Amino acid sequence: MALLQISEPGQAPDPHQRRIAVGIDLGTTHSLVAAVRHGVAECLPDEQGRVILPSVVRYLEGDRRQIGFEARDAQAEDPENTLASVKRFMGRRLADIAGHARLPYRFVDQPGMVAVATRQGDKSPVEVSAEILATLRFRAEDSFDDEVFGAVITVPAYFDDAQRQATKDAAQLAGLNVLRLINEPTAAAVAYGLDNSSEGLYAVYDLGGGTFDISLLRLQRGVFEVVATGGDAALGGDDFDQALADWALAQAHRHADTAHDKRAMLVAARAAKEALTEADASTLTAELSGQPLAVPVSRLQFDAITRPLIERTLAAVRKVLRDARLKRHEVAGVVMVGGATRMPAVRSAVGELFGKPPLTNLNPDEVVAVGAAIQANALAGNSGDGELLLLDVIPLSLGLETMGGLVERVIERNTTIPVAKAQDFTTFKDGQTALAIHVVQGERELVADNRSLARFELRGIPPMVAGAARIRVSFQVDADGLLSVSAKELGSGVEASVVVKPSYGLADDQIANMLKDGFASAESDMVARSLREARVEAERMSLATRAALAADGELLDEAERSLIEALLLELAGIAAGDDHAAIDSAVERLADGTEGFAAARMNRGIQAALTGRKLNDI
Amino acid sequence: MTLSDDDFSLFGLAQRHALDRAELDACWRALQSKVHPDRFASEGAAAQRLAMQWAVRVNQAYQRLKDPLKRGAYLCELRGAAIEAENNTAMPTAFLMQQMAWREALDDAADADAVQQLDDQVEAEERGLLSQLGRTLDELGDAPAAAQQVRALMFVARFRDDIHRRLEALDA
Repeated sequence: MALLQISEPGQAPDPHQRRIAVGIDLGTTHSLVAAVRHGVAECLPDEQGRVILPSVVRYLEGDRRQIGFEARDAQAEDPENTLASVKRFMGRRLADIAGHARLPYRFVDQPGMVAVATRQGDKSPVEVSAEILATLRFRAEDSFDDEVFGAVITVPAYFDDAQRQATKDAAQLAGLNVLRLINEPTAAAVAYGLDNSSEGLYAVYDLGGGTFDISLLRLQRGVFEVVATGGDAALGGDDFDQALADWALAQAHRHADTAHDKRAMLVAARAAKEALTEADASTLTAELSGQPLAVPVSRLQFDAITRPLIERTLAAVRKVLRDARLKRHEVAGVVMVGGATRMPAVRSAVGELFGKPPLTNLNPDEVVAVGAAIQANALAGNSGDGELLLLDVIPLSLGLETMGGLVERVIERNTTIPVAKAQDFTTFKDGQTALAIHVVQGERELVADNRSLARFELRGIPPMVAGAARIRVSFQVDADGLLSVSAKELGSGVEASVVVKPSYGLADDQIANMLKDGFASAESDMVARSLREARVEAERMSLATRAALAADGELLDEAERSLIEALLLELAGIAAGDDHAAIDSAVERLADGTEGFAAARMNRGIQAALTGRKLNDI
Repeated sequence: MTLSDDDFSLFGLAQRHALDRAELDACWRALQSKVHPDRFASEGAAAQRLAMQWAVRVNQAYQRLKDPLKRGAYLCELRGAAIEAENNTAMPTAFLMQQMAWREALDDAADADAVQQLDDQVEAEERGLLSQLGRTLDELGDAPAAAQQVRALMFVARFRDDIHRRLEALDA
């Protein structure tokens, strides 16, 4: 057996063991992948040197697809089969999508998530997103000539549980190991914070293609604490295009009824909007059903047309300040994220609200991916400093339906994750043996006004008089912001639980099937990949355990120590073989065998945190 | 240190209502820096589970300690005076009269400025009640009296939620 190299705690293992970890900004209009190379986080370009990948997928005849620029350029030509901005449909039903009638797609309204009919059949937004993610994964693998170990994927802070779960499903479908979902504004703050070594309270104003987020973060010594977050999951740069397109049609007394015309108007409006960032006037030009259209528009007109949209963002900013019980002047800086923040009217409105010009020194398109890459690198164990810690919050309150269709909130919005909370309920009928549990997310008092996340039943409650049963419902939200719920009758011990997958999301076996016949690797590749992954994992666990033994070995007595040494030896032997399942179970045995040790080390860490603080105070 | 230690011990603080918020925040960050699952990203499932439990426990304690009302209620419970707000709604007449006056003022408020003014007034009242609660707990050591003050403050907090809902509706 080769001697394992033991690295200093916090230091990266030797370079060939460095694991490729990427940050992916899966955006409404475009997506990017970034990674830390030579100590610097940067976006990875495609073969033509472009870092942006338009989030557009076109389904062609046969099994062929176009993804990115080619697809985007074909939007007007083949609108029904060219899917753009699907992020707005993630985890959504048709009724949830504002203005869907104006979009050129043939929507399939399913009880679960909406799908779009294409010439290759019905496509779920999850599948379309997976195509984009897989393209970025291949780009990264080509850049490094190595497999991607894992990815941090960003989501709007305002995404609810269903939208987060849909995003994670898409990543899984694309063959990516998700290290963490993080919020876009948090990622942007990481990129800015580390660049400018700032401290204090920062606001991140993130106006993307389809979503608006406003987050308040406190930055202190590498800890990025989200104080409050808010926004509008259905408001973005696309709405500015739509508003301008609608206005231009009204000006010219024209209509856009066909899919082609609708798309042509949106493309023309987008071009005019972008021109108005630099110029004071532009002309919106398009061809509708063979007839040319040209509508001149000044920046003043554009600003007036879109003012209501900007006002909606400002109302959300005021609300988040109220939530956090903070005043505008306490904000030390405002970070602008998202291509739509290039609009001069947006910048001046935000500057006016906070009384200071916003920070725009990083590329607003790239900053989210760059921040995600920094976090991915840290989570993969490559970064030495160990200073970076993100403490995020849940964006929307979580609760349960109670009598009369009212919501009982269990976890309030803006609570730091991970979090768990339990609440006790009782039966309301004599002899009641089952309780229906309906989990909802949102701020409204009536169940019907909130998003329904999951329903399940607790059965087998022993018959008792009404009010005698004690049913404890426990919510747990993990560090990705994903929820699981369990219920237990305390007298009898009967239990039921549910991992909150959107009731309409993809079932696990559905994903497995899609992986099998989709664009993932062939069978033999899968086996080889599993073996490589198992070996990497074995190496990683061994290194971590040895580092822990070196640092805190005296916490163990002789017997405990030799047990762990034996497990390490066993794992090293098995990892030299070819059986990935055997390696996985040896890794699992080592993990179980070191649990007590991990607990003791955690305890020591907490003691150190407490004494460290007291020393600082003196 | 175990998961079942009380919040104050976990944060290394004296069991008092008065606390230094900056110290609490710094301690929370220091603790999370030690126990957050991301700190154990490469240490396997068992360490992840454990880290998750600790991170949840630290956050739970922080949520309770940082809010002066929740902190007060928690101290009452620790000292054997249960809050049991749902079974214990009796309030002094003067307090109820004031509640009614506030509710009327909220109904009558014509615009956001008027609602904001009312909120400022209620906030000042709330601050006063909170410092009374602090004295009852820290100086008089009278947990049952403190529990009664906590119940009154819960009414005030609920009313302020209503005010904020109203402000949101006016701002939308």
